[in-house]
Amino acid sequence: MTANPFVRITGLSMAFEGVNVIRDASLSLYPGEVCALIGENGAGKSTLLKILGGIYEPLRGSIEVNGKATPILSPQNASALGIALIHQEPLAFPDLTVAENIFVGAEPRKWKSGWVDWKTMYQRTREVLGALDIKLEPTSRMHGLSVADRQMVDVAAALTQNARLLMMDEPTSSLTPNEVERLFTIIRRLRGQGASVVFVSHRLEEIFEIADRIVVMRDGEVVGERLPNQTNTDEIIRIMVGRSLDAMYEKPKVNPREENALEVRNLHSHGHFRDISFQLKAGEILGLAGLVGSGRSSLAKALFGILGIDSGIVRVGGRVVAIRSSHDAIGNGIAYIPEDRQHQGLLMPASVTQNISLSALSRLSRHGWTNSAVERTKALGFVEQLKIALHSVDQQVAELSGGNQQKVVLSKWLLNNPRIIILDEPTHGIDVGAKAEVHHLMAKLVSEGIAMLMISSELPEVIAMSDRVLVMREGSIVGRFDRAEVSQERIMAAATGQLR
Amino acid sequence: MTKSGVGKRSGKRHYGLLQVRELRAIALLVIVVVGTYLIQPRYLNPNSLRSILIWIPLVAIIGMGEMMVIIIRGIDVSVGSIVGLAGLTVGMLFRDVPGFPVFLAVILSILIGLALGSLNGAIISRAHVPAVIVTLGGLSAYRGITFLITRGSQIDGNYIPKSLIRWSQLGPFGIREVPWIVVIVLAIALLTWVIFHYTRLGRDIYALGSNPEAARLRGVAVQRVTFFAYAFTGALSGLVGLLYSSRFGFLNPGQTGVGMEMTVIAAVVIGGVSPFGGSGSVLGVLLGCLLLGAVNVALAVLGIAGAWQLAVYGAVILLAVASDAVFQVGLHRADRSE
Amino acid sequence: MSWKKRNAGGRDEPVVEGGSRSEAVRVVMTRLRPVGPEIVVTLLLIVGFGVSSALSPFFLDADFLFRQALLYMEIGIIALGETFVMISGNLDLSIAGNLAMVACVSAFLHGQVGIPMEYCVAIGLVLGTAAGALNGFFVATLGLPSLTVTIATMALYRGIGQILLGDHSIQKFPSWFLGIDRKVIPGTPIPAPFLIFLLIAVVLGLVLHFTVFGRWVYSIGISSKASYYSGVPTRRVKMALFTLSGFLAGFAGLMLDSRLLVARYDHGTGWELQAITAVVLGGVSISGGRGTAFGTVVALLLIAVIQTGMGVANVKVESQLAVIGALLVASVLLSNVLGVGKKR
Repeated sequence: MTANPFVRITGLSMAFEGVNVIRDASLSLYPGEVCALIGENGAGKSTLLKILGGIYEPLRGSIEVNGKATPILSPQNASALGIALIHQEPLAFPDLTVAENIFVGAEPRKWKSGWVDWKTMYQRTREVLGALDIKLEPTSRMHGLSVADRQMVDVAAALTQNARLLMMDEPTSSLTPNEVERLFTIIRRLRGQGASVVFVSHRLEEIFEIADRIVVMRDGEVVGERLPNQTNTDEIIRIMVGRSLDAMYEKPKVNPREENALEVRNLHSHGHFRDISFQLKAGEILGLAGLVGSGRSSLAKALFGILGIDSGIVRVGGRVVAIRSSHDAIGNGIAYIPEDRQHQGLLMPASVTQNISLSALSRLSRHGWTNSAVERTKALGFVEQLKIALHSVDQQVAELSGGNQQKVVLSKWLLNNPRIIILDEPTHGIDVGAKAEVHHLMAKLVSEGIAMLMISSELPEVIAMSDRVLVMREGSIVGRFDRAEVSQERIMAAATGQLR
Repeated sequence: MTKSGVGKRSGKRHYGLLQVRELRAIALLVIVVVGTYLIQPRYLNPNSLRSILIWIPLVAIIGMGEMMVIIIRGIDVSVGSIVGLAGLTVGMLFRDVPGFPVFLAVILSILIGLALGSLNGAIISRAHVPAVIVTLGGLSAYRGITFLITRGSQIDGNYIPKSLIRWSQLGPFGIREVPWIVVIVLAIALLTWVIFHYTRLGRDIYALGSNPEAARLRGVAVQRVTFFAYAFTGALSGLVGLLYSSRFGFLNPGQTGVGMEMTVIAAVVIGGVSPFGGSGSVLGVLLGCLLLGAVNVALAVLGIAGAWQLAVYGAVILLAVASDAVFQVGLHRADRSE
Repeated sequence: MSWKKRNAGGRDEPVVEGGSRSEAVRVVMTRLRPVGPEIVVTLLLIVGFGVSSALSPFFLDADFLFRQALLYMEIGIIALGETFVMISGNLDLSIAGNLAMVACVSAFLHGQVGIPMEYCVAIGLVLGTAAGALNGFFVATLGLPSLTVTIATMALYRGIGQILLGDHSIQKFPSWFLGIDRKVIPGTPIPAPFLIFLLIAVVLGLVLHFTVFGRWVYSIGISSKASYYSGVPTRRVKMALFTLSGFLAGFAGLMLDSRLLVARYDHGTGWELQAITAVVLGGVSISGGRGTAFGTVVALLLIAVIQTGMGVANVKVESQLAVIGALLVASVLLSNVLGVGKKR
């Protein structure tokens, strides 16, 4: 590790729609070093990488490349500076071959602006594939390749651009152990050649294997750096979650009814989750924790009929049901509040009233004729009940703040009197004050007998709100905790596979 | 499962999927030819073959451009009207300017087409107006201008230079079966292949169509590539306007190029290009033209009125779209649904 | 379109989606946004009418006006169907081809096969509806893009008409069927087709604005995904839209036979252009999610006024269509610039 960093970030700050994602982050990246970046969901890791990759522009802070302050304005800019970003989902051109994929936008040419030089292109492709010991034919088409192979092609593409800093965002999440080893061999080789590698991962055992330095982010800041041989997983986990639990979160009374609102047995969906079994009682909140890619959202979508279930039994209110569409789910009293409010939860240009009544239009109608008066009354009712801050129920829902938008989504579903509400990151992107309101609301609903399945990546929220917690990891349930025994460390340990 | 292709030394590659699409065209071609021959042996004689060969060039030339447009997930339905406008303009010059040189007419028709195509391309690439709207408007606008400048009158055969007409009758070395017009097609097909294969612009077209988001991130000049595709198509359509007079011997504002867009799109889609964009080959388009030509002549030989043409084209496009959708299941096209 | 995200400040404030226009314009647009295009097109109609009347005494003659309007009523009817399709974010290019097919098939079945016209009318309507449903099958059930499918069916349907009739025309119709354009509301110069057009517009407008189905159409146009997630039966609605469009096309085809006294395969050539122009000009966003039947009606009348005015000025039909083509592109351009419709 030489004294001069290749890239140095100082005081970086970034926000999306008013919510801080990165605040005052500082980090140095050195050539010939593998730096592991770890943190919970929403800690800011991906955003940091994207800023360095030229996809986002930071609010504040400076970036120095080789000692010189350099704003990174675009992906091409980053590429020219020698910075390459390998996305979690490899960007691939399915119709082109491996060689073509590697050289899109940068095909070697015979003279400055002349003919594409296929010979050189294939040659260089073979070279870079060979250097990385990747056994792929330059003429293979991308479409048939596995995720691991496509990732390799991305790495190869980065190298042909003479990347000095290679950033990889969760590269191992879809790889088999063999493929992971192959990737690590390549990373070690790159390190040997003097490149700087940043490696975002949730798998602690991998990080301890490959990293020269471990950097922990939490709530948008870099909160700790350790050398692997001077620390252990327990300490890392503690740094990841180390924060006091605020008293602002409402702790709902535990009042579950006896009957199971929802019972799931051996649920299986190929490629998403397997062997999921749990019970959800009316009147309780079941927290579903886990890291990105653990399969929680897929499970939620499957229960709502949007994703296919391959096998397993779902019982609602004691009766076995088949949920094959959102219509079936709604008919069984299941509501789903999606993670992506703006594209899946709401019709942004439509009014608050129209959004609230969307799922219940048939019920509110008279023989198919919409009843604006009733819709308005219901909307106003929810505005009061949930304390939604707005000028008028006729204004566009896009004009509301995140927290109030979420209340509109909730209102929409409450109008249908659901028995089971599945919430996917209910307070994501919502400021502190509104969070508390949403939690208060959730507690109230639950006390009235609704059953809630709450997916959340915010550990304090999971701990404060859940009566029981399930932790998922790579498609299976790896931890079940009661309220009494749950803690942030335990959840994170289970989520990262450290639970013994 | 890796599909590796067989690459020639020059690097020309065959994709697994394209092989299927081209194979489909060849298979259909065989079915049509053999089937028609069995019913009507008169089908396979030099005259029929020549008819097929003559029929293709006009469609195939425009097809080279249309394939680019469809690969980048756009469409151009104004090609027929560009053919009319360029052809009639040049035709009027033939009529009103005695001794108007043919080579000048060639240049002019290409320029007119280029201008119109560039107009399409500029609006599509910069103003975010969908291609279907722009070219639909262009279809009417350019046709209207054609009527305006010709005052509705036809350019008769006697005004068309004889040398020009001979392009469709005689070929190099005086061969009647392969007239110059066919040579022109092959030359343009070769040019297109070279563009696709040897220029960055051509590679960008495939990249843009295959994954627009990724292409943007990799620095592909989206606007420039889009503009080029439409401008190139326009230029080729302009040339065909001139060649129309060679092939048919007259020009008429109400007929020249009318409905050609359907034929071109059908040929392009059945032979080479995925209607969803991202892939397509010059060879495939030529095969598609050959297939449609064979179908056309078959209809004539079987005594079925040319009236079946339009329905056949429609059915062909539908078949291509539906079957291509089946192929797309393996590819990652999540962004296409919804 | 920039791939860069911009920061909106450090506090969780109400976020208004806006571009880089000046503040005043933005406020005005926000207020007028709901009915902006309809206001514009109505104003244009008034202005266009005024200008035309000033330039030509014909425009002051009610009989003349209605007789001219008759030429556009079928276009108007298919435009109303197209309005529904486009509000949902799809496109149906086969409307004119469908119209021609039904016109030809009904005429053929009566004139050549000898089936009584009443049955042919019924068959024609069923055929048009089925053709629309076929579109719906490919788009809604198979999930294929509506543009490509309807380009194909546009050719297929008209082609079927061409196969049946070739270059010939069929003129054998019973007298009760013919001359719908000459039937007027007693005591007024208002011809039946005009009334029919307005009635259909009113009914469809009511459906759009006052029924659950209409609301679903809008929501699918705004976001098909969010609608599906909210329990809207997106597949069924889309299928219904294309079927409706097909039905109206069939109806218009029969009306055309009645008015022109003849059936030909090239009926309504190019009418998809005028219909879509009317829809877009009338305020339906190209990407879906907004628009009204009223707007389409006014825009259609505007197109009629423009083309009639040009006709009076001895401008040829083809040039008229050229102007309409330019108008189509201009109206989409304008609505892009002004930010009408949902943000991308």
